[in-house]
Amino acid sequence: MDDHALAPQQLKDLKVELSKNGVFTTTLEELYNWGRRSSVWPLTFGLACCAIEMIATTMARYDLARFGAEVFRPSPRQADLIIVSGTVTKKMAPQVVRLYNQMPEPKYVIAMGACAISGGPFRDGYNVLKGIDRYIPVDVHIPGCPPRPEALIHAFMTLQKKIDAQSLRGSDRPRHLQSGAPSEFPVPAFGEHGLEPTLNADVFPPQAESPFKVLP
Amino acid sequence: MSTAAAFVYLSAEALRAALESAIPGCQVTVVPNGSPSAQHSLVLDHAHAVEVALYLRDHADYRLDYCSDVAGVDWLDAERKETVKVTKTVETPEGPAEQQVDETRTTLIPGYLEAVYHLYSVEKKHGPVVLRLRTTDRAANTRVPSLTPIWRSAEFQEREAFDLYGIVFDGHPDLRRILMWDNFTDHPMRKDYVPPSEEEEGA
Repeated sequence: MDDHALAPQQLKDLKVELSKNGVFTTTLEELYNWGRRSSVWPLTFGLACCAIEMIATTMARYDLARFGAEVFRPSPRQADLIIVSGTVTKKMAPQVVRLYNQMPEPKYVIAMGACAISGGPFRDGYNVLKGIDRYIPVDVHIPGCPPRPEALIHAFMTLQKKIDAQSLRGSDRPRHLQSGAPSEFPVPAFGEHGLEPTLNADVFPPQAESPFKVLP
Repeated sequence: MSTAAAFVYLSAEALRAALESAIPGCQVTVVPNGSPSAQHSLVLDHAHAVEVALYLRDHADYRLDYCSDVAGVDWLDAERKETVKVTKTVETPEGPAEQQVDETRTTLIPGYLEAVYHLYSVEKKHGPVVLRLRTTDRAANTRVPSLTPIWRSAEFQEREAFDLYGIVFDGHPDLRRILMWDNFTDHPMRKDYVPPSEEEEGA
């Protein structure tokens, strides 16, 4: 049978050819990823000036609805994406992690702007977290202070590409399809001099590969 | 014209004299401000601070009914060096002789914490009058009397000075940290505060 198997490119050409003749073919994986990436609902959640740009992105001029993400959900239970838009203070960080923990899988994180990535201009302050990726796994980082709506849209498209490229089987399958992978992360506690612990070694520093091993 | 009159009226020296004659035993020190704004301020003693504040708020001439701002200031230990001419007996080839010699004297000014209040009168349309309360030192005796019972608007700002500088306001109705969490132990706006380093927080 293997002799007759089509190469990926041939398969693609065949699908294009078939669709030209009115026959639509797909795979479960494609359909599943298409569904997920076309309705990424963000959490109604903003932290600072970046949130103003996020709001602008959703409005008519930039129109995030073109990417299927116009429905901002006010409850983490109904959201697929948390856009960490702005400075995360140490006092706010546990609440951000808690909101993320309350979201159902599959869930994604965009760290928007210099502050959410690293603390930005406030990095040396006593009250600012040096990047939200210390506590939760971030899918897309956008630089900028604040990033323009185009940059946020670009982050969305990057996230959609990432979702599209995920396969449902194999070692690189997304976290929510791995039985042992956590979907909640430890909430930092208020210590005498700062947050305790100062970072979660399971997610920080961020890695290109998923840090979670696939269980047999 | 009336504003100019008001400024003369509220001159720090005139206020000091008025306060010291009205409130027996109170010690008021004028801290001159050399800048063009010339907003001189008054340092109050702890024992009479509340009485002075009440007097400034209620007296018909002043009616300072609005406390716009309470600020904390941290003054570290400082050394003041001054060169003085001293007459000394010096051994010279011709025998002992009296000579004028330059001598550098170093005086240590111990550090303290300070709460600065800015007062205005909405009724009389004058101000600001600047009051200062100083703690004895920066470590053990960081208490000053609270002026929140006189001006309610000082409540949150005194809490902020307590939180960030560690100034303890005696008589404050609800002295808790306002910005940092309750079990935080540091005072981040103090000049010798060192925030957690990159290494401590992980690179």
